[in-house]
Amino acid sequence: MLEDFLFQVEMAAPQIVLGLVNGAFYALLSLGLAVIFGMLNVINFAHGAQFMMGAFVAWMLLNWLGIPYWGALILSPLIVGAFGVVLERLMISRLYKLDHLYGLLLTFGLALIIEGVFRNTFGSSGLPYAPPASLTGAPVDLGFMLLPKYRLWVVVAAFVTCIATWLVIEKTRLGAYLRAATENAPLVQAFGVNVPRMITLTYAAGVGLAALAGVLAAPIYSVNPAMGSNFIITVFAVVVIGGMGSILGSVITGFGLGLVEGLTRVVYPEASATVIFVIMAIVLLARPAGLFGRA
Amino acid sequence: MASATTAPIDTLPPAAPQSGLFGFTRAQGIALAVMVAAIVALPFFVYPQFLMKLLCFALFACAFNLLIGYVGLLSFGHAAYFGMGSYVSAYASKSWGLPPEVCVLIGGAVGAGLGLVFGWIAIRRAGIYFAMITLALAQMVYFFCVQVPFTRGEDGIQGIPRHALLGLVDLEPDMRMYWFVAGVFLLGFLLIHRIIHSPFGQVLTAIRENEPRAISLGYRVDDYKLIAFVLSAGLAGVAGGTKALTVHIATLIDVNWPMSGEVVLMTLLGGLGTLFGPVVGAGVVMTMETYLAPFGAWVTISQGIIFVACVLAFRAGIVGEVARLLRVKL
Repeated sequence: MLEDFLFQVEMAAPQIVLGLVNGAFYALLSLGLAVIFGMLNVINFAHGAQFMMGAFVAWMLLNWLGIPYWGALILSPLIVGAFGVVLERLMISRLYKLDHLYGLLLTFGLALIIEGVFRNTFGSSGLPYAPPASLTGAPVDLGFMLLPKYRLWVVVAAFVTCIATWLVIEKTRLGAYLRAATENAPLVQAFGVNVPRMITLTYAAGVGLAALAGVLAAPIYSVNPAMGSNFIITVFAVVVIGGMGSILGSVITGFGLGLVEGLTRVVYPEASATVIFVIMAIVLLARPAGLFGRA
Repeated sequence: MASATTAPIDTLPPAAPQSGLFGFTRAQGIALAVMVAAIVALPFFVYPQFLMKLLCFALFACAFNLLIGYVGLLSFGHAAYFGMGSYVSAYASKSWGLPPEVCVLIGGAVGAGLGLVFGWIAIRRAGIYFAMITLALAQMVYFFCVQVPFTRGEDGIQGIPRHALLGLVDLEPDMRMYWFVAGVFLLGFLLIHRIIHSPFGQVLTAIRENEPRAISLGYRVDDYKLIAFVLSAGLAGVAGGTKALTVHIATLIDVNWPMSGEVVLMTLLGGLGTLFGPVVGAGVVMTMETYLAPFGAWVTISQGIIFVACVLAFRAGIVGEVARLLRVKL
């Protein structure tokens, strides 16, 4: 009986870890979406494309400039974030007075352009990106299972990033300005805070988070132009489930749903691709504002 | 919450009192005559297979426009209804040997049924959430279609026969099929026109313009939205079924998210909330895709560029801008 159970755990563990890794990406991506939506009232459909750009920039840095993983982890979010600044200033900033749906349509168009350009340049098949030497080698023995070092790193790094983002928004003066501007931008502007610049930087930060997730994902998934669009729709469902009102809420929802997905892969593999969407439907019926959302 | 605090989506001003024949204004009557003349004349000059596909997508876009243009709901998952309509019609024709008119109707019924469930879930939220929810639900349908055996996975359902219309007229020759497709399109188009200009349609427009006021006037707004959603999804299913019979194949492409994006693009480019906009938009997008098809990802890039250009520069779309220039309603 006990042996049966231990065997089950051993079989299930890799799937659950894979679920946690996916959850780490859901958390990072939905966090970025929530930060951007809170400030800009725009759902950033290009988030998946920017995630993919993060991975590609890491690949380019390594193969064209010889900059290793750890450098890319810092440089890639900065580069993609700068690209986000250009997008926000040139295009997205023109839409703030219009219906929110136009922001969605614009960023959807941008996602198509970015994905198309990368497909033209690099082809549709994936490019390999090796994890750094310090994170390869013997997997960590957790007693009941072996955990590849890199996956452990991804989960820890994503978790730390999420907590750091939460601390910045909830506990610092900059975060206080940000929250205030989300509530009432004209009033904050009247106090002498440069709100338009803050909006631009918020977008850049959200895009940077997506790119960071992209760099983390590069050694796990093959670097390919479709890697973002595969993720982003699931992340939308995650965002609907969590509700975009709370930063911590989107982190918890992200990790939690990753776990649920992993568990589903153990119990009933056929449903693993759809389980998050089913949960979304159930949450909408029971609590339309989302688990952590304000009505 | 969003719809109450922001300006309604940028469409033409509210409808003036109706006049003219069958609810068509004079300008619309002329445009309709031109469209019908084009449908009759074009197959003698252009490859009919292309025109049939175009008409199917035009009907799809008109169905989508019923929601975005007249209720103000952006459904980002209309591929689900189109694709399921396509699959089920294909299956009904190939495995059950049913005549085309029945297959297309079954496709429409499946689209409407799916729309009833998804609409019921999605109308709990408005604005941006509505778009995300419909997209996510549609993706669920996509994953469903990837897994179940009846869709034949990556291969799709191939070699779909067209059979004989009403058991009398064999539709296998393209020119005969063309008149069938043209008939389905025109019926759908006129039905949408009728819906928009009925008292029911007027309430829909009122919801688009000012939802809280429509509620305060005593309209059960959610019921109206749901009925509009079901009608739109059903017509999308009809369009998908007709498309499957036309091109003899139903695949995962019909049900995946780029298809949802494509119908948004057609409608946006043609003009949200205009009667003829989706038709013009479908024509432009399909022509562009046909010419760009050999250049791979350039199709995607140019679609993206049109999206960006439409949102930033001409939100009224082609037909909307023409209507504004001529000061008429189209």
